[in-house]
Amino acid sequence: MASQFSSWGRYPQLEQRGIYLNWADEGLPENGESLLPFGMGRSYGDSCLNTDGLVLATSHMNRFLSFDETNGILKCEAGVTLAEIIDLALPRGWFPPVTPGTKYVTLGGAIANDVHGKNHHKDGTFGHHVSRFELLQSSGERIICSEQDNAELFYATIGGLGLTGLITWAEIRLKPVESAFMDVETIRFDNLQAFKTLSDESSSSHLYTVAWVDCQATGEKMGRGLFMRANHATDPANSKDKFEPASAKKLNVPFVFPQGVLNTFTIKNFNRLYYGKQLQHFSKSRDHYDKYFYPLDAITNWNRIYGPRGFFQYQFLVPHEDYAAIEEALGIIAKSGAGSFLAVLKEFGDIPSVGMLSFPRPGVCLALDFPNQGESTLALLQQLDDLVVAAKGAVYPAKDARMAPEAFAAYFPRAGEFSKYVDPRFSSNFWRRVQGNSQ
Amino acid sequence: MKTIVIIGATSALAQSIAKIHAAEQHRLLLVGRNEPRLDLIAQDLSVRGAKQCEVYCLDLADTDKHGPLWEHVYQKFPKPDIVYIAHGVLPDQQVCQGSYQQTLASLQVNALSVISLLTELANRMETDKHGQIVVISSVAGDRGRKSNYVYGTAKATISTFLQGLRNRLYDSNVSVTTVKPGFIDTPMTADFEKGALWATPDQVASDIVKGVGKNRNVIYTPPIWFFIMAIIKAIPELLFKRLSL
Repeated sequence: MASQFSSWGRYPQLEQRGIYLNWADEGLPENGESLLPFGMGRSYGDSCLNTDGLVLATSHMNRFLSFDETNGILKCEAGVTLAEIIDLALPRGWFPPVTPGTKYVTLGGAIANDVHGKNHHKDGTFGHHVSRFELLQSSGERIICSEQDNAELFYATIGGLGLTGLITWAEIRLKPVESAFMDVETIRFDNLQAFKTLSDESSSSHLYTVAWVDCQATGEKMGRGLFMRANHATDPANSKDKFEPASAKKLNVPFVFPQGVLNTFTIKNFNRLYYGKQLQHFSKSRDHYDKYFYPLDAITNWNRIYGPRGFFQYQFLVPHEDYAAIEEALGIIAKSGAGSFLAVLKEFGDIPSVGMLSFPRPGVCLALDFPNQGESTLALLQQLDDLVVAAKGAVYPAKDARMAPEAFAAYFPRAGEFSKYVDPRFSSNFWRRVQGNSQ
Repeated sequence: MKTIVIIGATSALAQSIAKIHAAEQHRLLLVGRNEPRLDLIAQDLSVRGAKQCEVYCLDLADTDKHGPLWEHVYQKFPKPDIVYIAHGVLPDQQVCQGSYQQTLASLQVNALSVISLLTELANRMETDKHGQIVVISSVAGDRGRKSNYVYGTAKATISTFLQGLRNRLYDSNVSVTTVKPGFIDTPMTADFEKGALWATPDQVASDIVKGVGKNRNVIYTPPIWFFIMAIIKAIPELLFKRLSL
């Protein structure tokens, strides 16, 4: 039987033991086992697994503690999800300040991975909007961390992959919005240069920018894609429905697809169709936030389409000026024939991340999915790692299941400083691996 | 706006029920044993929209405290609209088989304390000719099984008690709802292997609040348990006693 605690990529597949924490006052288990907080299991690889010990599931610790509706300051327990925050706050005119591509992440997980969204160029990462939190460490100590108090531990915990202790509650600053809708523009582009131009010209006019790239296209078509930019709608047509909630209706993938349903053929055709779905060069629409931010959330368990061997997500960034590296990566991928379902390209802004292990930094970022086809996929990802290390870029730990210790050290120069703040009883499969301590 | 009292408010199911009513902006009074946890839940419910949220702390197994409890409740919320009784424990069947004291202790909490609470509450509501009583029983009370018959005995006791109470209070315009949940994934059942029949507290709470809105007499939740228990109850005892359920 598959473990109830698994990561989103369904790789590696390991038997993971865990317990649910129901109350912050319960404290941590005292049996001496290694511990790791576990939220919604939306990390793709092994950063949310700890098979040497237990995971501490926080999803039952999901209480709101206070909400200052005038200033948008929300305090809640760490197991509250962004979906729950939106359901509560949007009708009162507030929205998460930064959101990843799924709303099914916990507040604790959003902090521990210092997640980013399509508004990185304007608003930075999630960590920029956290005012304080309580950290419960294995010593039993409960430490309030903020920019003022225990600042070093605050910056170690933001992006700290759950290794510094258990966040029991946190306080964040929400973003004021006037409706549940987004004004979206979609623009077709032919190559990376055109993407760069669109990114630059949209960076001040649009709060959210992101692009989808056809990574099957080769030769002259390489780097073609769809650029999507958006702002929150400010003049909702129908004021009664301006905070219309998300539809509760979801599709589900009720079982794991057989191996190989997603192959080069289906992926190539998907990409072709996706590019072709927009015939005109430019289109405009008004979309509900749920459709705009969380299209994949509409399909519960979409990760099962990759079959029993799971899949890898590879998300990396390289410095702004290094579009050649992105081009080279697209070339390597197209040549390998491995094929990515969706390739997402985003120009990050220059706001420095606050976390010692935060992934976002100035540069351009590409995220790709690869069905796990064993050795050949691992070899491809290693090849990409070599490229990213050489380009002085970084790979996102929340998506990773295989980077080598040397690559980690190159990507995260502050890892040594960070390791001083790791709680001695907290660990993860990811952490042991990048420290060179895995069996 | 309604006034709603929840006895055993720190249970996972009670919390889920309270969240629904808080979002409907009702007034709530939470009763339980652990004051800091009640306060935490009250904070949550206030943020979610509850017009007012009060807490009252006592050990529900101590039936001598039930009189003062109702005094307090009726002083805060004269003529409450809905009273939920949701407290309970899941006794270890093996331990109970070896100890009458343990069996008695679990019956004390799961059956007798509920009957004690209902006795005074029913009289007050009968006088007011107003209110709705909702008690969390269980499908375990529908038929005794070797794996949990001590728990089942308590639940059968209150289910039968509620049948009589429903009959008695009908003329007083007081409705009585018996809730029979199947398996719910809560801290009480943390050690069980979970299968397809397990439901979350939020799913079950949603069924309950909808059923209560319709003044239902008995709510099986999730609804499939109505059919499962119909089959289980239909199995002849001659055969049933040989089964391992």
